[in-house]
Formats: sequence, C-alpha cells, structure tokens
Amino acid sequence: MKCQKCNKNNATTHIKRVINGEFEEYNLCSECAKEMGYNNIFGSFADDFNSLFGSFFENALPARTQATRCEFCGTSYSDIARTGMVGCANCYDVFADRIMPTVRRVHGNTTHCGKNSQFAKAEAAQPQEEKPSDIDALKSELDLAIKNQEFEKAAELRDKIKAMEGKDE
Amino acid sequence: MSNVVMLTRIRLARNLKNYPFPCRLNTAGKNEVCEKIISAVKNCNSPLADDLEVFYIKDLTEPQRIALVEKHLASPEFVSDPSGRAIILSKDRTMSIMLNEEDHIRLQILKKGFDLEAAYDIADKLDTLLDENLEFAFDEKLGFLTQCPTNLGTGMRASIMLHLPALKHSNAISRIAGNLQKLGLTIRGTYGEGSEPKGAMYQLSNQVTLGISEKSAIENLKNIANQLVSQELQAQRRIADSIEVQDKISRSLGVLKSAKLMTCDEAMELLSNVRFGITTEVLDTVSIDTVDWLINDIQPATMMVEKGEKIAPRDRDILRATILRERL
Repeated sequence: MKCQKCNKNNATTHIKRVINGEFEEYNLCSECAKEMGYNNIFGSFADDFNSLFGSFFENALPARTQATRCEFCGTSYSDIARTGMVGCANCYDVFADRIMPTVRRVHGNTTHCGKNSQFAKAEAAQPQEEKPSDIDALKSELDLAIKNQEFEKAAELRDKIKAMEGKDE
Repeated sequence: MSNVVMLTRIRLARNLKNYPFPCRLNTAGKNEVCEKIISAVKNCNSPLADDLEVFYIKDLTEPQRIALVEKHLASPEFVSDPSGRAIILSKDRTMSIMLNEEDHIRLQILKKGFDLEAAYDIADKLDTLLDENLEFAFDEKLGFLTQCPTNLGTGMRASIMLHLPALKHSNAISRIAGNLQKLGLTIRGTYGEGSEPKGAMYQLSNQVTLGISEKSAIENLKNIANQLVSQELQAQRRIADSIEVQDKISRSLGVLKSAKLMTCDEAMELLSNVRFGITTEVLDTVSIDTVDWLINDIQPATMMVEKGEKIAPRDRDILRATILRERL
C-alpha cells in the first residue's frame, strides 16, 4: 500500500480519522507520519537493530539486554521499540537504560518539573535534603527562557540556581 | 483579545499505578479500569460528581461517536475502537474524561476563546480530586508516567484553536510551523488533517512535557500565541483593503445565504471567509458567535445526532444548506 500523502513510499503507519462524518483509515509512510507528528518515537532504527542483530547477539549477550520482560506486564523492550508504547509504570524502571535516551531526545531533558501526585507528596513528606533534581529542572527552565529570549525570567532562574548551588558547597 | 483564538483546550494524561497501560490490557482489564475510575468520580466529595454523565462507547451509535470527535470531546482513535472504553462528560460539554484512550485517563477542559489559565485551573482541580481517590502512576524523576513517553512529566497538552485565514492566504504557515518546532510547539490543521486544512483553522500546542512546569508551558504557549495573533491581524489588515478580498468575502456570505446544496468542506471554506470578513469589519451583519456555532452545527455526524437519524450524504448537503440559509 502506498502512502496517501506522498504517493511514493510504502505506508507503514495507519491512522484513524473522521472524514465527512465517517471513520477513515489514513495510511502514511514513516516520513510523512513523522512530518504530521504520528511517528513512533523509538524510530524504526530500534526495530531494525533488534531484528538484524537480535538473533546474532542473542546467545552472546546476557539475557537482560535481549530477553528481559517486565515482570509486571510482560512487555519486552522490542515490544516497546516496535509499538512506541510502554507497557506499564514498572517498564520505565526495567528498561530505564534504553528508554531514557529516547526520552532525552524527545524532551531535551529527563527530570520532571511541575505538579506532583498527592501520593508522591505524602511519601516525600519526610524531610529530604535539597534535591539536585530541582536544580536540573531549574536549569532546563533557564535554557528554555534563554531560547525564548525571556531574559528577565532567565535572570531570576539563574539567581535561584546560584543560590541552590551555593548551599551545596 | 481579538477573535483569532477560537477555543482553548487543556488535556492531562494520567494512569493508575496498579494496572498495565491500556496497550497491555484486554477488554476485561480495561472494563475494570473504567469501573474503578467511574466509581472514584461518582464517589468523590464534590458537587462536580452530579454534573457528570458516563457513556460507554459501545452503547453509542456511530454518528454519536463521531459527533464527539467533531465537538473536540474525543479523538478519532478513541471512538473507532469501542471495547473497554468510556467517556465521562460534564452536562455543558466543556469537560471530558476519556477512559482507556492511549492512557487510562485523558482529562480535558475546553473553553471558548483564549483562556489557558482558567482552563488549566479547572483541569488541575479535577485532577487533584481524582488523584485523591485513585493512585496515579508517578515517578519523582519522570513525573506522571504515560503509555507514550512523549507525554511524560506533566502529561499536559495545552492547545489553542486559531483562525488564521490571512497567514494561510500568504502561505506563511509552513514557515511558522518550522520555527515553532524549535520552540517545542507544534501547529496543525484542525479540520481536514493533511495537505490543506479546511477553513484555515489551526491548533497550536506544546510538545515538551518533561522538565517544564505546567505554568511555564502555558506561559510559553501564550507568548507564542500572542505573537501569532498579532502577525495574523497585521496580515489581515494588509489584505482586507483589497477589493478582490472584499468581493470574495461578500460572495461567500451570498452563497451561504442562498445555496440549496452545501458540502461540509465548501461550508467550512465559506464560513472561514465570512469569519475573516467579520474580524476585518468588511461584514457587520453577522456575528462571530453565529459563525462559530454554525461551524459546530453543520458537521455531518453532529447534524445526524441532532436529527436523531442517519442521513445520506446528499440529504445532509440539503439539510446543511437549509440550516445555513435559516441562520444567516
């Protein structure tokens, strides 16, 4: 099946849309899908890598890299790479070393900043030291502020970071 | 704030801690998740609970499902596969909670016009309420955990729907889209996804959800949106003086007021022209609200739900032309 947008490449992504009151499947090649924001963020590379080298390395590498499945939901990393979907919360732990590079590429950083879950707050209620992750979060906000030329905000953030780093020393 | 911004939307993605994400759940598992969330919503100590209605997608007719998409309350992907899925809607249809879409919970607030803070405020309160009764999958470092890593962190997608006829007319959208990507934002056609968005309506949203707080993401989106709006208004002023453009606007209204057959695509184009005419004060006999309601009411499935029966495409075109003639 050819891609319905460029009419050149083979369609690999199938998207449900509503056109004129009816469901319609829209078939796209990976390039057009990417252009329209429907790509699998793990990319086809991960997939190819697994199928090409998977069997090659299967015996040579420890089981962890090839055959590990999440004990909670049964997802393997190749499932994640193939579908672009993570199986459960626990998968983020089990496959952290392989998911994180993609997360970093997509978001530009890997540390949450913003609202916390109530339960997380309750757990964190015990006094903790100033977390370095807070500084990381501020630093990424600073990067963004500079990118957007919001210099007043950037200066404020820079001062906050300085203050926090000063405390550590 | 001009009429360029039509709609504001805040969406939060959340998952229950003790269940696999929807892609690893069978129908029974999805049903269990639905019931758990629905009972948490019903039992929450808030007047809100009385205002919410639950619909199982499998119980809805096809036009009813599609009408949810046309009204921006659900995604096409969500309603195309009904098994183990439900939607919770507020009576005024400004709040929707999709259950088992890509995540267990996709909570969404819609607001007419440009009001990101107010929409987020409501979403935040509803989220906190749910969080008290359901344990969400959350990691201190990665924030709210989601099926697709693109939503990690805040799980928040803030969008505004913009009417950009003048920027579209001057072919500026693709250049703008390229620049926006560098700022972590994306712009897409709202109707008729793909090559040519119908009616020059676009959706501007944040892309990055990890490492940036809800407040910063909203501020960022707001700043860029304001810039886009002023660019659009400048472009509008530039072209609205042209007699050709004024002619096109007036003819569009003329056709809408007298046609006997009207496809949805044609109606969207013509209504977009009329809307443009109103913002540039070329037209003063029609109000923006009338146009915006019409854009909603002439969508195919919405018309069928309103009428209570399935209508063949040709008959829809007749009905659509009638609605337009009567209301304009």
